[in-house]
Amino acid sequence: MTFAEIQQRLAAKFGERIGALSPANKDPFLVIAAGDLVEICRFAKEDAELAFDCLMNLSSVDWPKKNQIEVVYHLWSYSKRHAFVLKVLLDRAQPRIASVESVWKSADWLEREQFDLMGVQFEGHPDLRRIMMPDDWVGNPLRKDYAEQPQWHNITTTRDNSLEGYVRLDELKKKAAEAAAAAAPKKEVLQ
Amino acid sequence: MPKDYQQDFGSIITSKTSFIDEIINLARKSSIFYLLFGLACCGIELMQTGGPRADIDRFGSVPRATPRQSDLMIVAGTLTYKMAERCRLLYEQMAEPKYVISMGSCASCGGLFQYAYSVCKGVDKLVPVDIYVPGCPPRPEALTEGLMRVQDKIVRERWFSARQKIGQPEASLGVDYKVTA
Repeated sequence: MTFAEIQQRLAAKFGERIGALSPANKDPFLVIAAGDLVEICRFAKEDAELAFDCLMNLSSVDWPKKNQIEVVYHLWSYSKRHAFVLKVLLDRAQPRIASVESVWKSADWLEREQFDLMGVQFEGHPDLRRIMMPDDWVGNPLRKDYAEQPQWHNITTTRDNSLEGYVRLDELKKKAAEAAAAAAPKKEVLQ
Repeated sequence: MPKDYQQDFGSIITSKTSFIDEIINLARKSSIFYLLFGLACCGIELMQTGGPRADIDRFGSVPRATPRQSDLMIVAGTLTYKMAERCRLLYEQMAEPKYVISMGSCASCGGLFQYAYSVCKGVDKLVPVDIYVPGCPPRPEALTEGLMRVQDKIVRERWFSARQKIGQPEASLGVDYKVTA
């Protein structure tokens, strides 16, 4: 099935809750409301025609100017060999969304990754803790406004530039030669 | 040369090496067992150095899979903060005397990844480093050179003569060497 056919199939089931596909000149995707997510995902998985048995990827995008965090779901069907992209827009200050771990098991670690690096709260996730950064890490590193802490466990997170303050030897010699030439009395050129 | 390195070097080097020290040092420098500690692509080069072409075994240096049997830790690769504490733990598990080679740019200063949030900016923030081997990654020849510099350091030490004089006042040693039991 093509993206448009999948969108029509979903629209036939959910009606107005399924909007139009994104502009055709880009890779198509479908934006849905956060509240409908689990219902739509479960239908997409269990429907015989769609049969999305695999959650390929779950990622998120930070938009500080729009004050949004976009969670992106890449679905794939092994039996039908077609793919689809769902997006959910969340508030940047309080990014909360229902977990799809009950639909696809693979969402477990993918959601933990987004929780760790982007700070998205997945409600209903069985084991929501950091997966990549240490447990006591402060902040979500993939947020655009992330600022690194000055130190972690007494390890400073910056390093001085060892070349700072050093002067090139050839430049010093050149300057000394120029100074010597300026100080030396000028030789009278014989006519 | 960093300041602390100079001090360290100065306290250990002496021209008065006793004969028994020379024998001990000859044995020690010819059996530097290194800890397998490959963290990234430098680890591949470390394996290559241990392999038949570069063959670091010529210098009596063979890999060990446990820090308890190792004399030398070759930190090969990008050290993340999560790994940093493990690195420190492994170093502390090694028996004295122990040496550290910081292999490659990443281990020395963070290298290519020094602006990343997850990478430790140099292994010398955790453990004292004896030799820095530059490169990204260093060739096996460069790492072999680093090992030979560790050997140079070993032959200048005098553990035996220092050990003989434990309990005596420090001044009687005649050198600036701190004796600890």
